[in-house]
Amino acid sequence: MAIEVRIPTILRTYTDGAKAVEAEGATLTALIDDLEGNHPGIKERLIDNGDLRRFVNVYINDEDVRFIGGLDAELADGDQVVVLPAVAGG
Amino acid sequence: MDFHPHEWKFRGEAEGDRRRARLRRGTARAEAPPTLDLVLTIDQATYDAIVAHAKRDHPDEACGVVAGPEGSDRPERFIEMVNAAGSPTFYEFDSTDLFQLYKDMDERDEEPVVVYHSHTATEAYPSRTDIGLASEPNAHYVLVSTREHGNNDGPVEFRSYRIIDGVVTEEDVTITPTEESTP
Repeated sequence: MAIEVRIPTILRTYTDGAKAVEAEGATLTALIDDLEGNHPGIKERLIDNGDLRRFVNVYINDEDVRFIGGLDAELADGDQVVVLPAVAGG
Repeated sequence: MDFHPHEWKFRGEAEGDRRRARLRRGTARAEAPPTLDLVLTIDQATYDAIVAHAKRDHPDEACGVVAGPEGSDRPERFIEMVNAAGSPTFYEFDSTDLFQLYKDMDERDEEPVVVYHSHTATEAYPSRTDIGLASEPNAHYVLVSTREHGNNDGPVEFRSYRIIDGVVTEEDVTITPTEESTP
């Protein structure tokens, strides 16, 4: 089961510069664990204390995962996952 | 406000060290195209549009992006964004708008050359939150301060910075005449 994960510029240090990588998992949690296996360190940049970080946005097929179950959001073969850091400040 | 100022700061110094090492060897540019020229070159119309947006949204912070061809360092396509925080002390792109923005840029082979926002009561210098959340190492971070004249006519502070690995470097701003043929 292959899912394309789009990686933002600031996290490409973990993917040897790749803009997109493939990963597997039936849920977002499983997918991130699979990513961590191939790109160690990336999980900590996405998750903090068991939750998606406040200023990290993850989308499954154009939909913000916060509206479709967060880390429990389900994934299917062929889905596309996009990671984008929030553009925010004070 | 629930934020973690160092959310996007690189863990440890490893990345910064590697980047500095590449810089010393002169190879950083090959990996991250012309991003380290310490000047923002922006045309008058785009400059004016950023200032007008900041004045219009005062006393709330205004925010947006100027996209340009990937690797070109040319801010060409002005995109005003909604400040989803609607706040005088914080800004954040709405998550759906953010997705659409990056999708559009991706389809056009663009990147955010400028990320701008306003400060409405303080100087045009990145706050600790701005530094902690800066997540586009290739972007020029433009800060406009509307504290002097608010919504009214009058000069504003307009300054530009690189924010990489939590390090802020101010740069010059060069304003060029807008070409008539530019759509």
